[in-house]
Amino acid sequence: MQKRNSRAWFHRFGSSSYFYRIASRWGPRTGWGALVLMVTGIFMGLFVAPPDYQMGDSYRIIYIHVPTAWMSLSVYVLMALAAAIGLIWKMKVSFHVSRACAPIGAAFTFCALITGSLWGKPTWGTYWIWDARLTSELVLLFLYMGYMALDKAIPDRNTASQATAVLSLVGLVNIPIIHYSVEWWNTLHQGSTVIRMDGPSIDAQMLVPLLITTVAMNLYFVSVLFSRVRCELLNLERRTQWVREVING
Amino acid sequence: MQAQRKKRLLIVTMIMVGVSISAVLTLLSLTENINLFYSPSQVHAGEVPADASIRIGGMVVKGSVNRNPDSLEVNFDLTDTAKIVTVVYTGILPDLFREGQGIVAAGKMKNGRFHADQVLAKHDETYMAPEISESIKAAHGQQSMESGY
Repeated sequence: MQKRNSRAWFHRFGSSSYFYRIASRWGPRTGWGALVLMVTGIFMGLFVAPPDYQMGDSYRIIYIHVPTAWMSLSVYVLMALAAAIGLIWKMKVSFHVSRACAPIGAAFTFCALITGSLWGKPTWGTYWIWDARLTSELVLLFLYMGYMALDKAIPDRNTASQATAVLSLVGLVNIPIIHYSVEWWNTLHQGSTVIRMDGPSIDAQMLVPLLITTVAMNLYFVSVLFSRVRCELLNLERRTQWVREVING
Repeated sequence: MQAQRKKRLLIVTMIMVGVSISAVLTLLSLTENINLFYSPSQVHAGEVPADASIRIGGMVVKGSVNRNPDSLEVNFDLTDTAKIVTVVYTGILPDLFREGQGIVAAGKMKNGRFHADQVLAKHDETYMAPEISESIKAAHGQQSMESGY
C-alpha cells in the first residue's frame, strides 16, 4: 500500500481535470515570466555584452540561435518520453502532451536552422553546408513534421497516438547524433561552447544573457505547451462533466 | 509494476535498443562519407580519390598567404600540423579568413596543388571580448592572433 501511495502524484497527472487545473494556473505565469526574461536577456545580449574578438557584433544572434537549438533537442526528448509513458501506462494525457510538443519543437528547430543560416553567411562564408551538425538538425525538423503528418493522417485518436509514439521513439536516436556530431565527425560547425568538460569557453558577460534567454525559451515552451494541451483536453472531453463545470464556471 | 506494463516497457526498450544498434552500425560504415573534409595528411597518404571534387580542411600556415596584386588569385598552405597542402584560389575570401585560422576548401587536386573553387572559414568554440584577446596576446607576447575584427 505504501508503494502505491508514493506514486499517487504520478497517477493524479493522468487525470484530465487535474492536469487542466495545473495547466490553467501555470500557463499564464510561465508566459509572463518568459516575456520578462526574454526582454531582459535580449537587452543584455545586445547592449551590455561585449562584441566578440573575431566576429564583432554578428555573434549576437547566438542569443536566439543557441536557446532555440537547445530547445529543439529537449522538446523532442520530452515528446518521446511522454509518448513512452503513454504507451506503457496507457495514460491519455501523456499522449496529449506528446502531440502538443510536435509543432512547438518544429518551430524551435526551424528558428535554429534559419538563425544558424543567417549567422553562417558572414562567419563561414555560406548559408548552408551539408555537414553532420546541420544535416542531422534538418533531419530533426523532418522528424517533427513526419510526426505531425502521421498524427493527422490517422483518423482514430488511439491508433494515431500509438503510431506517433513509435515514430518519436525511433527518432530519438537522432538526438545524441545531433549533439555529438561535431565530435564524432569533422564538420564546419564548431564544437560545444557551454556544455563541455573544462567549463564554458565563453566570456561570463556573454554567457549570462545566453542563460537568461535559455530560461525564457523554456518558460515560453511550458506556457505554449499548457495552452495546447488545455485546448486538446476541452475539445476531446467536451461531453464530460468536468468540462461542463469549467465552461459554466 | 503490473505484468502488462512490464511487458510494454520491455517492448519499448527493445525498440530503442534495436534502433540504436542499427544507427551505430550505419553511422560507423558511413564515417568516410559523413566527414566534411579530408586532412592534408590524408591527401599525402593517397586516401583521396583522384580527379574528384573534394573538401580539405586545416589551418592556414602563418606567413604562407600570397596574393596576386593584379587579380583575386591567392595561394596559401594548409596544414593539420603534420603535412602541408598548397591551395590555389581565385575569389573573395570570407571575413574570418586569416593566417592561423581553420578553413575548409572545396575543389580538386591538380599537379600536387589544391585548386579550390570555394573557401569557407571555420569558427572555433571560443567567444571573448576584444580587450581580453588583446591582453592574452600581450601576456604571451605572441603574434599569432591577428588583432581585432
